[in-house]
Amino acid sequence: MCLGVPLKVIEIKDDNVALVDMGGATIEISTIFTPEVKIGDYVIVHAGFSISILSQDEAEEVLEILEKS
Amino acid sequence: MKVKDFVERIKDISKKEINIMEFCGTHTHEIFRYGIREILPENIHLFSGPGCPVCVTAEEDIDYILFLSENYNFGIITFGDLINVPGSTGSLNYLRAKGKEVIVIYSPLEALNIAKKNKNKKYILVGIGFETTAPNFAYTLIKIKEENIPNLFFLSLHKLTPPAIKAILDMGEVKLDGIIGPGHVSTIIGRKGWEEVFNQYNIPFAITGFKPEEILYGIYLLVITIEEGKASLINAYKKSVKEEGNKKALDFIYKVFKKGPAKWRGFGIIDNSGLILKEEFEDIDIRKIYPVKIESKGNLLCKCGEVLRGVLKPPECPLYGRICTPENPKGPCMVSSEGTCSAYYIYGGNRWKR
Repeated sequence: MCLGVPLKVIEIKDDNVALVDMGGATIEISTIFTPEVKIGDYVIVHAGFSISILSQDEAEEVLEILEKS
Repeated sequence: MKVKDFVERIKDISKKEINIMEFCGTHTHEIFRYGIREILPENIHLFSGPGCPVCVTAEEDIDYILFLSENYNFGIITFGDLINVPGSTGSLNYLRAKGKEVIVIYSPLEALNIAKKNKNKKYILVGIGFETTAPNFAYTLIKIKEENIPNLFFLSLHKLTPPAIKAILDMGEVKLDGIIGPGHVSTIIGRKGWEEVFNQYNIPFAITGFKPEEILYGIYLLVITIEEGKASLINAYKKSVKEEGNKKALDFIYKVFKKGPAKWRGFGIIDNSGLILKEEFEDIDIRKIYPVKIESKGNLLCKCGEVLRGVLKPPECPLYGRICTPENPKGPCMVSSEGTCSAYYIYGGNRWKR
């Protein structure tokens, strides 16, 4: 239930609905909490709703922290 | 950044014996899946907290659902992991065996169509989960009202995470030096959502993602603060978690719900830890329509309560692995894939000593 997974948005439909790719299968999600979502974005999906749009990977920032420490 | 690099860094800086608790069931699961306990130095001890919503569902709540289905012939609509959770007189699976309707959904919005297609039946949508699923149900409830669906009612078993963390810290049964904060709950409530807990207890706290390197990054930052003798509220999952959280989702939660007491399995009643429907939603609130008080007796041999509080490790429970397994669970921590007992069992049986 709480297993939020990052999925890629492949189509935006009307009324805060989008299609995402889930390992080759297409599922419909509600984007009511992330209305600014665009095609190609990765979103965290929980029980049929996207709760966040993932920003660029933190890898570089992490690397910087490690080098300083 | 690789897992190996984080492990090396942690080994270099970690001197003290430290206890860290992860509260999220998905973290528990991933920590076992990737063997993170085994690759960490032996002075770092990981404890699993009550971060699985079905595991903390009280026996009374399951018994109440059974009561409503059996006496008033409601169909039950809910998430799949609630189906096997035992109450004191049975589970939702047991209802099914008796010919009652129990429908499993993936998104709460599915309940709207089920009710619309079966106008001659009446249904209870059982809402369960922490801050991550509460907005979805809130939006669904607004839709029920807007679309005026007369045969769909609602039972809220929703719970809030920060009060449970406070309860663990107040009980003081396990001395904790740091906390791995739940990544997706934090996506909703923001780093800010933890400030009250952090300010009150001043305990190192790192909001952490779910990939193995993200979990180790969170642990690494915690170890740094603990070794320095400082406390920080760290957001180690910035790509999903913002300072203020998801305000839109929070707005939906508090349009529909207000905070109130909730009973947690293994904890009892925790004030302000539950989400109760506001007055405007009373006509679909099943607790208002059937305000029955159910007294339940738990399974005295099942130690889920102690496991959820971090006091006992699953293999210390007399039922674990013998009569309680994922195929035949006796308690909620073995039922859900996010449960601590299930994670122990699936990824290692009895070999986990730490």
